[in-house]
Amino acid sequence: MKAQAYPAAKPSAWMGRFMRNRWLYFMVFPGLLYFLVFKYWPMYGIFIAFKDYQPFLGFWDSPFVGLKHFERFFSDSNFLVLFRNTLILATYNILFFFPLPIVIALMLNELRQEFIKRTVQTLVYIPHFMSWVVVVGIAYIFLTTEGGMVNELLVRYGGEKINFLVSNEWFRTIITAEVIWKETGWGTIIFLAALAGVDPQLYEAARMDGANRLRQLWHITLPAIRSTIIILLILRLGHFLDTGFEQIFLMLNAMNREVGEVFDTYVYSVGISQGQYSFSTAVGLFKSVIGLILVVVSNHLAKKFGEEGIY
Amino acid sequence: MPIKPSWGSRIFDSLNVTLLLAFALITVIPFIYVIAGSFATQKELLQRGFILFPTEYTLDAYKYIFSTPTLVRSLLVTVYITVVGTLINIFFTCMMAYPLARKDMDFRKPILLLVVFTMLFGGGMIPTFLVVKQLGMINTYWSLLIPGAISAFNLIIMRNFFQQLPDGLEESAKIDGCNDLGIFFRIVLPLSLPAIATFSLFYAVGHWNTFFNAVLYINDHTKWPIQVLLRQIVILASGGVGDSSSMEADFVAPPEQSVKMAVIVVSTLPILLVYPFLQKHFAKGVLLGSVKG
Repeated sequence: MKAQAYPAAKPSAWMGRFMRNRWLYFMVFPGLLYFLVFKYWPMYGIFIAFKDYQPFLGFWDSPFVGLKHFERFFSDSNFLVLFRNTLILATYNILFFFPLPIVIALMLNELRQEFIKRTVQTLVYIPHFMSWVVVVGIAYIFLTTEGGMVNELLVRYGGEKINFLVSNEWFRTIITAEVIWKETGWGTIIFLAALAGVDPQLYEAARMDGANRLRQLWHITLPAIRSTIIILLILRLGHFLDTGFEQIFLMLNAMNREVGEVFDTYVYSVGISQGQYSFSTAVGLFKSVIGLILVVVSNHLAKKFGEEGIY
Repeated sequence: MPIKPSWGSRIFDSLNVTLLLAFALITVIPFIYVIAGSFATQKELLQRGFILFPTEYTLDAYKYIFSTPTLVRSLLVTVYITVVGTLINIFFTCMMAYPLARKDMDFRKPILLLVVFTMLFGGGMIPTFLVVKQLGMINTYWSLLIPGAISAFNLIIMRNFFQQLPDGLEESAKIDGCNDLGIFFRIVLPLSLPAIATFSLFYAVGHWNTFFNAVLYINDHTKWPIQVLLRQIVILASGGVGDSSSMEADFVAPPEQSVKMAVIVVSTLPILLVYPFLQKHFAKGVLLGSVKG
């Protein structure tokens, strides 16, 4: 309607349209500026991966070195270690953490007692709101060899103390357990929402046909949330390389670096701690590009499965 | 008429309840352990190893940490960042989301595309760090407030929310002589209070838990938010809470377990106090997220 009021592309019409929406432009401007400065300027800054960036020379005058940093990274023995660690942690995550919220949501959905359901939900959501520092802190207090609960129990029942926090063998298990503890409850929300949309008449009909609870679960409930499961799995694959950075950063120490160092933590220690800006930007760029490819591919997959996709 | 449940169904139910309660218990026990431990005496902690219910309560750990300037200062820093940061988040998110929700806004497709792309690809840690550094934000609270001012995800959800408001609202306000700014502040924002509340709480939790940005951008330990101090005390345990001069240089004996636990409680409690208010909103907030635009 409004567009028809200014049909011709005359300059004055354009001006009029601009003036009419001037407050909208005014409102969008700060946000736009924010995205340009804090999101697009860093993207432009990626070019230092192709230069030998020296702070006193500045962005422009630092010498261009092409793919030097990438070559160094790919021929570095750290590369394979980082790749392996990231892949294993991500795989653990999908194998052991991903199914749990689904299982818990299905169980919650079967609960008849509204009060117990509400109580359990309230309790299992809580850890999501704690910072990783708190979660890792609690893990430290539980697992330390100096009076930690787990080791005290081990000793009491005739075992020996295990140095959980500075060992290679336990690192991945602890990381995965922490994720499960923190996020399982919260992860149920989306599945519970999907389950709430199931038509109760379906269950009624199934009961008439003599289906027991397990059969109802298998033939009605699970198919109902199938598409939610698939889309979340695909989204998860899109962020496959994004192992929880803060968590790993906090759990990492000199003793477990061999299994714990992932791309993000490596970028931090090489870039910020050692000041090798260009090299660590190259590492970060490598990870971002793989991540972008994974997102695009998984979104394509989502659409192939007949889902909406994320964009 | 409900049918009498079969035996199989009853066994199913009781097994289900038992397992879920067990899961809830596993989730909660660490809290109880930490809260109980923070009230226990060091002697009892050492003797019994672990405690879920201390035999004697003492406030020593709390008295100690609140007598130190470091913890109180960090708490104040975090409160400041949470309050100011959330206001900034909400203001800028809504301000940008509203024009993008208006069908008569020019360039809204390209601007949206610009925003969505940042969700898929970014400059990464080092280039972002260098931008913040070049803007002179290192060691200032701005570095914790501004670089995360707008979450692209929240922006898009907020825009979808604004889009659901009826068009007639704007028309009539315009006829009454209101400009777009007036419509936004006087009509759209008041109508959006439930959504704003949800996002405020999500943003606030993010600020309260802010950790890594502070590690990156804040070197001055007198400006540390509580989470960074918490890491220092509980995980690195290289200095005491009372040591305010230089946390890392002077090596002080690691703090007692009960002190660590008390610091955890103090740095988490405010979130847990917000939680009951949050709870009835967030399921809705998460569902908003699944609305496609």
